[in-house]
Parts: sequence; structure tokens; C-alpha cells
Amino acid sequence: MSPGNPDLIALGVTLKLAGLTTLILLLVGTPLAWWLSRTRWRYRFLIEAVVALPLVLPPTVLGFYLLIALGPHGPIGGMMESLGAQPLAFTFTGLVIGSVFYSMPFVIQPLQGAFTAIGKRPMEVAATLRASPLDRFLTVAVPLARPGFVTAAVLGFAHTVGEFGVVLMIGGNIPGQTQVLSIAIYDHVETLEYTHAHWLSGGLLLLSFLLLMLVYGLNRRFTVVQP
Amino acid sequence: MTIEARFRIEKGEFLLDAELDIPEKGVSAVFGPSGCGKTTLLRAIAGLEPCADGFLRVGDQVWQQDGFTVPTHRRAVGYVFQEPSLFAHLDVRRNLEYGLKRAPVSERRIPMERAVALLGIEPLLDRQADQLSGGERQRVAIARALAMSPGILLMDEPLSALDAARKQEILPYLESLNEALDIPVLYVSHSPDEVARLADHLILLEEGRVTATGAIDEILTRLDLPLAHGSEAEALIKATVAGHDEAYHLTHLDFAGGRFTVTHKPLPIGHSVRLRVAAKDVSLTLERQSGTSILNIFPATVGELMPVGSAQVMVRLMTGGVPMLARITRKSAAVLDLKPGAPVYAQAKSVALLS
Repeated sequence: MSPGNPDLIALGVTLKLAGLTTLILLLVGTPLAWWLSRTRWRYRFLIEAVVALPLVLPPTVLGFYLLIALGPHGPIGGMMESLGAQPLAFTFTGLVIGSVFYSMPFVIQPLQGAFTAIGKRPMEVAATLRASPLDRFLTVAVPLARPGFVTAAVLGFAHTVGEFGVVLMIGGNIPGQTQVLSIAIYDHVETLEYTHAHWLSGGLLLLSFLLLMLVYGLNRRFTVVQP
Repeated sequence: MTIEARFRIEKGEFLLDAELDIPEKGVSAVFGPSGCGKTTLLRAIAGLEPCADGFLRVGDQVWQQDGFTVPTHRRAVGYVFQEPSLFAHLDVRRNLEYGLKRAPVSERRIPMERAVALLGIEPLLDRQADQLSGGERQRVAIARALAMSPGILLMDEPLSALDAARKQEILPYLESLNEALDIPVLYVSHSPDEVARLADHLILLEEGRVTATGAIDEILTRLDLPLAHGSEAEALIKATVAGHDEAYHLTHLDFAGGRFTVTHKPLPIGHSVRLRVAAKDVSLTLERQSGTSILNIFPATVGELMPVGSAQVMVRLMTGGVPMLARITRKSAAVLDLKPGAPVYAQAKSVALLS
């Protein structure tokens, strides 16, 4: 990547953000999705509703609250400041935090669905074959939920690449730090640089299509054996 | 390694309150109507019922006692579920190895080749689970449970999800299993046919309670139990092939009370067989009949009598220590003056050879 080209830098920031967000969501989301798929806790629906919130909220609302929380006067930002660290608003880290919330349902929901579809039986079988809980989670639940992992990873990644409102609210538009592709496109349109806007938009369109094709193509290959 | 189990499990309206001792050898069938708690009992023994209260000892190991429970993965149980539950993401070989690899080396008694040979699944090893028929999958599931060298094998209606032809495909394997391996088997079933073919002991379960346990020939013919009351009441007799009558194309089968003669079966001499003698096919006489077409006549002693309906009586007989049932009319019983201890001759009009 030529460091001078602001569009390529924005692409780099975008991919780094999407990759990191997806990784964090898979790590945090897998246990949460597993718990949601297994628990008989009667208030489970509360957690499910919170997880689904970003699906319906305008990204600006999420961004607004995150901005307040992460800013110098917010609970998190203020704490960071009192510890001598930077407040997180308008930083890449703040962006990652925002993206994690924003893309959460796209990772948790496919995972939860895949874990639920496995049912209790394979885990019981594994238990009678002497696999400990963690062992059977890793050797039975995870491989059987593979389509869910593929869907979760690709959707989480693609959705983060496409985010705009949250970034605008808490990330601002700092080239090389928080300027992502969607913002760069907006900038180009604002300044009537339609050629640039075309290149980036077309590129994003193609990337998104390829990613979704990957999801559906891969998941078609896995079929669940019915008894 | 006897198994001692006492369980109390409440599930909404249903209460399982069972106490049983399972002998260390042979197949013990848990028999009863649907919904009587058979599966729950089996799951409790495997540690799969989280709310089971009770006591469980298998051999010298206590698996459950006063709130202390050994988790399922530390119990040496082989479990064959009703539907063949192979891991879809592994091929047959890896399915078999799953439990085998996790069994402590010191407890491995059944090599994988043995389990494979016993179930005849050698040609299937490299296939994926979804490429197998229902019967093949269940055979693999049984082999998988054996390959982990269980201290007890639990089978929850392993044939019920299969059609009649597939059942016939698997039953011989189950029969030979019992002879080849020295593992106590707890076999849940509601099929009298499977029970008669496989079981050595019978545990009757009704509405969550154990109503009787004992040797199968004993339980089948006990007049105080419902099995001996129905029109399907029958005795189970274990016999061995004594010889063949080539001229008349017959086979002789010896048991403690005498010799059965049946149409020829190509079985080696000394082979063990099970015979079913239906109560409705047995008639009684006071003297040995000579001019009769019936071949199977045995001296017997009347044990007990019990009226069945208004016109009939079920008679429990002992022939050389082996119990048999005869269902005759109340009038015949009066004419013959049948009383406990009376000597009679039992004539079996037809005999079904199992296996």
C-alpha cells in the first residue's frame, strides 16, 4: 500500500477494524452464544433482546451513547483519563469498541442458531464416550457448528466494513486512524470527487458480494445428518 | 460386578421411584409400556438425568450417593441411544476411536478390531455417517459404545427406530455380543419379541415403579404378574441342539424337562437356542397320550392356577424345574381336577424357535 494514498490508508484502517472486531466477537460471542443456546434461565430473553438491539437502533443512537460513555466526561472515558490514559473517543480503540457492539448480533445470532440446532444429543453421546465438558465442546459442538462459525465470521466482518453512523459519531474522520472506507466515500461525494467515490463504492460492493457468496457457498456443503 | 440402583426422579407429574439390583452377567431387560420411566432409569444410570436423587453402585464403584455424583464422562458406561447418534462430522473409524481414545489405558479390554468384528462393520470404516443405512449406523453406534470398554452397556431401545428387516439384521449381532463379551447389559425395550430373544433377566417397570425382577423364564410365567395373563402369555425355554433326524427332517432340542422335536434347523449340535411355547398351544392330559400327532409331550407338575376371564384358567407347570404355561378352559380344569402338586402331561402343539 502506498502510504500517500488516503483511500488505501482508509482501506487498511477498515480491514484492520473489521478483522479485530470479528476476532473479539468470536472470542467473546462463542461462550455467550453457547450459554444462550443451553441456558434454561427464564430471563434469557432479556440478554437476547440486548444482543439484537443494534439490528434495529439507528447507528447514530448507539454511536451517541458510546461517544458519551467513552468521552472525557463519560464513565469509561473519565476513568481512562483519571488513570492517565487517553479518553477513547476519536481513537481507533474507541472505534473497535463501537464496532464490537454494532456487529454483535451478526456474530452471536448465527452462532446461537448453530449451537441450538446441534441439540442435546451429540453432547450426551460425547459425555458417555468420556469426553469432559470442554473436550466435548471443542471436539463436538464447535465442529458441528462450523457453518454457524463461517456465517458469524463473514457477517461480522462484512457488517463492520459497512458501518458508517457509529464511526462517524465516535471515531470522527481522522485519516490513518479512524477514517474508514465508508467515511472516505462520503467525503468524496461531498467534494464531488465521483470517480474516487465510484472506485471505493464499487470495490466495497464487490467485496461484500464475494464475502456473502463465500458464506452461502461454504454452508451449502455442510449438511446435518438426521437420525 | 453387580449393579445396585435406587432412584427417585420427579419430572412434573411423573415420578420414577425405582430400586433394583442388576446381575453382573447377561442381559437384563427393562420392560414396560411407553412412558413408564424406562429411558429415565437408563439415563439416570448414565448420569444424564441432572435431577436424579438416589444411590448407584456399579461393581465396587459408587457413582452416586447423597448429593455426590460422578459426572457422566467419568463413568464407564457404554450408551446406545434409541436413534443412532453418530457424530456427523467424523467418519466411522473416527466415531469408533472417539470413546476408545478417551478410555483410560488400564481399562481398555476390547480392542477396536474386536468391536468392529463383532458388529461386522469392517467395510464401513472409511465411510461418513450420512452414507450409512439406519441399521448400519446403529451397528456402528453399538461398536462405538463397546470400543470404549464399558463396565456396563446401556441400550435404550436400540432397534425401535428401525424397520422390521433392519431389526432382523441387528438382532443376531446383539445375541452374539452377549455370548462373546462379559459385560452386563441393561436393555430397555417394549418389544416382547426382542426381550424373549435377548434377555436373561427381566425388570418390569410400571408407572415409574419396579414391579418385578428375576430370571426371564421365571418372570414370564409368574401368575401374579400381568405378562402371564394376556392372550400372548408364553413360556421361554432354553435348550440345546441334541441331534437331527434326517429321515423325517427334524431337529431334537434338549432341555431340563425333556426333549423338543421341531422341524429341521441347520444348527450345530450343542448350540444353545431359545424356544417360545405359547400358553394357548399347551394342553394337559392326566395320562400320556399315545395315539396323537403331537410330538412334544412332557411329564409335569401343576404349580398354580389362576382364572383368566370367566371361562379359562392359566396353569403354571413345572417340567424338570422349568416353568411352562397352559391356558385351558375352567371346565377342563374341573374335569381333570387340577390342583397344585398334581402330576399331568403337557402337550405343546407348536413351538417357536428363536434365533
